[in-house]
Amino acid sequence: MKFYFALLLMGLLTQNFILAKFLGICPFLGVSKKLNTAAGMSAAVIFVMCLATAVCYPINLFLESHDLAYLQTIVFILVIAALVQFLETVMKKYMKPLYRALGIYLPLITTNCAVLGVVILNVDNGYNFPQSMVNSFAAGLGFGLAMILFAGVRGRIENNDIPKFMEGLPITLVAAALVSLSFLGFTGIIEGMGLM
Amino acid sequence: MNKRKKPLYQEFTKGIIKQNPVLRLVLGTCATLAITTSFVNGLGMGLAVIVVLVCSNVVISLLRKAIPNKVRIPAYIIVIASFVTIVQMIVKAYIPVLDQALGIFLPLIVVNCIILGRAEAFAGKNSVIASALDGLGMGIGFTAALCTMGLLRELVGAGTIMSGLQSLLSIFGDHVLGGFDGIDLYEVFPALEKLSFEPITLFLLPSGGFFTFGILMAITNRIAEGKGEKKAELHDCGSCPMAASCRMKPEEEKKEESA
Repeated sequence: MKFYFALLLMGLLTQNFILAKFLGICPFLGVSKKLNTAAGMSAAVIFVMCLATAVCYPINLFLESHDLAYLQTIVFILVIAALVQFLETVMKKYMKPLYRALGIYLPLITTNCAVLGVVILNVDNGYNFPQSMVNSFAAGLGFGLAMILFAGVRGRIENNDIPKFMEGLPITLVAAALVSLSFLGFTGIIEGMGLM
Repeated sequence: MNKRKKPLYQEFTKGIIKQNPVLRLVLGTCATLAITTSFVNGLGMGLAVIVVLVCSNVVISLLRKAIPNKVRIPAYIIVIASFVTIVQMIVKAYIPVLDQALGIFLPLIVVNCIILGRAEAFAGKNSVIASALDGLGMGIGFTAALCTMGLLRELVGAGTIMSGLQSLLSIFGDHVLGGFDGIDLYEVFPALEKLSFEPITLFLLPSGGFFTFGILMAITNRIAEGKGEKKAELHDCGSCPMAASCRMKPEEEKKEESA
């Protein structure tokens, strides 16, 4: 139980996917302009991450039992791409309200390194099924936390007078540096709580 | 195919500075931020991306008439993933140091938007030679940006220049470049230590990555503006591989805002 809690804290704070591992920077910079789009994107990412992990875990077991582990990269990315497409089609047909809320973000997720990243990390770290699921969920939550926090920061930036040469992406990146710096303060929290 | 009739060499040169994939088109930011903690890592990542980009551009360009339009993205992904797997195996076998340094970002070249972006925007529409040159130019542009960032972060964050270069080049033999293995500023200038001058480790941490990238982008924006070009922006749907299936087009966003 302790380990699951540690995984959760790691995904949320110390090993945050965006601010510590640099996975999923494109949506972080691109979709975090407004709070509602940031929240929608995060929800879609959490959903797809958990689903991708659930699907890729048995596939990886199959690959490893047949000495095909070197095919992981190809198989995982194809499975994720197919999964996202399938999900979009099913949502469009049977779950209209959910599709309206999350649907527009789904195509963006296919080539999102955060989703493929979490699947590969689970495999590399040798997590078992429940551990993988918790890790993916935590990574998704951490992604959401960073997105939503940063949407607030960007709202503030827009109301300020910024030096002309820093306008646009440069100031956004510097702001991201400061948010990332504040997350550095969580370093050691897991060891401190005696979870690891 | 090429309506503008640009000379072929321009396909090569445009990617290096004018349309630099990292600093002008803002593609592949994840890898850029994550692995540029040293010059050598940046160079290694850049070389891996050049190989994948050139090979996948050539193959996709060869297959451009055979791939049906509707399934082109999955087809591109398969081609790219195959080359990434090959590069991954080569790096694991011959340069294990680099494999450890790049870690998860080596397999993640698959989802690096530079490669899929070039396949979609260029290789799927142009001849083989033009596509190969385009891939090479873009790859060199990417490598140059990574090396610059790596150099800066390493210098400020660790006080070394190009340290560990020998282990990356060991694939070519033991004494390439006359055994040059980087410079340690503390060895060259012992005075630094006496003054208790310490490197700013923060620059090696994630936060320093964001900061360096922001400053570099501000500088390139400034230079580009001086030449009358527009700023680098993320919402450049033309370069995004998902533009075809994506409904987050800029116009719609504006409509959404006004509603």
